[in-house]
Amino acid sequence: MDVKCEDVRHLASLSDFSLSDQETESLKKDLQGIIKYISQLDELDTKDVEPTYQVFEMENVWRDDEILPQEANREALLALTKEEENHQIKVPKVL
Amino acid sequence: MKTANKTVSAERLVKDALEKAKFFADYHIFNFLNEEGALKKAREIDAKIKKGEKVGRLAGVPYALKDNFLSPEGETTASAHILQGFKSPITATAVAKLEAEGAIMIGRANLDAFAHGSSTENSYFGPTSNAFDKTRVAGGSSGGSAVAVALDIVEFATGTDTGGSIRQPASFNGVYGFKPTFGTISRYGVVAMASSTDCIGFFTKTPEDMDLLMSITSGQDSKDLTTLPDYYNDNTGAGSGDSGASSLAPVVTGLASSIAPVVANAPKSPDSCARIGIIKDFDNDSVNPEIRQALKKKCDDLKKKGHKIVELSMPNLKYALAAYYIIVPAEVASNLSRYDGIRYGFRSDKSKDLDALYNNTRNEGFMPENKRRIMIGNFVLSSGFYDAYFLKAAKARTLIIKEYEAAFKKCDFILTPVSPNLAFKIGEKVDDPVSMYLEDVMSVPLNLAGIPGLTVPAGKSKEGLPVGLQLIGPRRSDKSLIEFAKELR
Repeated sequence: MDVKCEDVRHLASLSDFSLSDQETESLKKDLQGIIKYISQLDELDTKDVEPTYQVFEMENVWRDDEILPQEANREALLALTKEEENHQIKVPKVL
Repeated sequence: MKTANKTVSAERLVKDALEKAKFFADYHIFNFLNEEGALKKAREIDAKIKKGEKVGRLAGVPYALKDNFLSPEGETTASAHILQGFKSPITATAVAKLEAEGAIMIGRANLDAFAHGSSTENSYFGPTSNAFDKTRVAGGSSGGSAVAVALDIVEFATGTDTGGSIRQPASFNGVYGFKPTFGTISRYGVVAMASSTDCIGFFTKTPEDMDLLMSITSGQDSKDLTTLPDYYNDNTGAGSGDSGASSLAPVVTGLASSIAPVVANAPKSPDSCARIGIIKDFDNDSVNPEIRQALKKKCDDLKKKGHKIVELSMPNLKYALAAYYIIVPAEVASNLSRYDGIRYGFRSDKSKDLDALYNNTRNEGFMPENKRRIMIGNFVLSSGFYDAYFLKAAKARTLIIKEYEAAFKKCDFILTPVSPNLAFKIGEKVDDPVSMYLEDVMSVPLNLAGIPGLTVPAGKSKEGLPVGLQLIGPRRSDKSLIEFAKELR
């Protein structure tokens, strides 16, 4: 697959990056190389092979739906943000 | 491991470690030195010893914490700009367990930002130098941790291993580095990279120390529901076999055995004979001749001790790296989507609206390698490419797991190089991501399969660079694997 600048810009928008033109150009080259490398999987015959998404030996771990005491309280968590007002996180305008 | 006692104080041990850390400051091992906090803890332990109170198994032992473990001491940055200023209100379970035994964190060790890399050159704070040659890389991503142990600053260091990030730097710096079976140590409070392969482990100077740290930190955690029952400390043998699931403490319910645990039928005592597999597919010109020579010599030594060498053919392993660089970026793209500059860490102040804030924060906050992985992840998960890449890689993963299962029917452990090269020069591979990825070609297959691997030092090259080999076992063979490493000394 041939990676174009518009592909890089599309992936950047999916990833929430505002790339400069120079970054776009250099990522184009890098992504091209990486995609070429990972495409070698095409050689592997995976007909009738089931996919593996995790290697943990258990599944469906349940617990009761109840609120337990947490290590960090609201004040400690809100103290981490850059701008806070009346226990709310402040951000620039949305629209 | 030297612990504090009536004659050697914890304060002395900590002061010595801090002094050494400062002496080696130009290696850039630490992002943060915990002088005040460490000395305070040391004095508390000394007071206990003086009063004759019981102290833990790691009383006063100084250690280095990879800077992607959360704790309130210092900022947890993961060596990334986007996490600068983040002071964690919580403590990772592994850290809490180590400190409950009296271990004292003297500094936060450098890494490739978000553990993306094989050289520690992707750190926002700059690279860490190799312990044996300052012009060479420390390896990565846990480079600072490996060098802190190799230069004898600390007794041990923590690490994380998603594709080789403990084993490769251990190999480059001549120390032991262990990646346990997936799910052995709780990951609560550790910065996530790829959830289906991330593991926590350690760097030590001896297998005995590794065993001690594993016995302290293994086990189930209600805060991480991907932890296994504590098979490591289960001397009955029940925990290491199929019956293990039924004997565990009832932290979780609804267990199902989707993947049957593979049990090592490893020798119970070092005197008995073990079958050691070597992978002939790795014995070629792409591997440094001095590493091949070291492997051959170890095999000869093992034969002399009465062990059996078994040659294995594992043709699918060569596809593990391609599968890894599809699966891991996909999980990275998902895990790193949480960094938006809103709730914690760095926030770009150049933005007029919320969308620009996300875009600018992420663009300024991530390193180029973070961006490459996030974008590749979003590429392989995109509609139109999902089947060709992500699904294909997930199927390749099945074939790799099956190849290991077949191999462990023929042998107890496998011995291979850790990576194809010795420590390379700083700057040598930074402009070529694929050549950097190829460093991981022999370490990533274990992460895809969830099996344990231990780097054991195997001498030096002619140039004086450490050579390491990797001892690999089936799932949950961790204890016998570390035990067998003593045979390789």
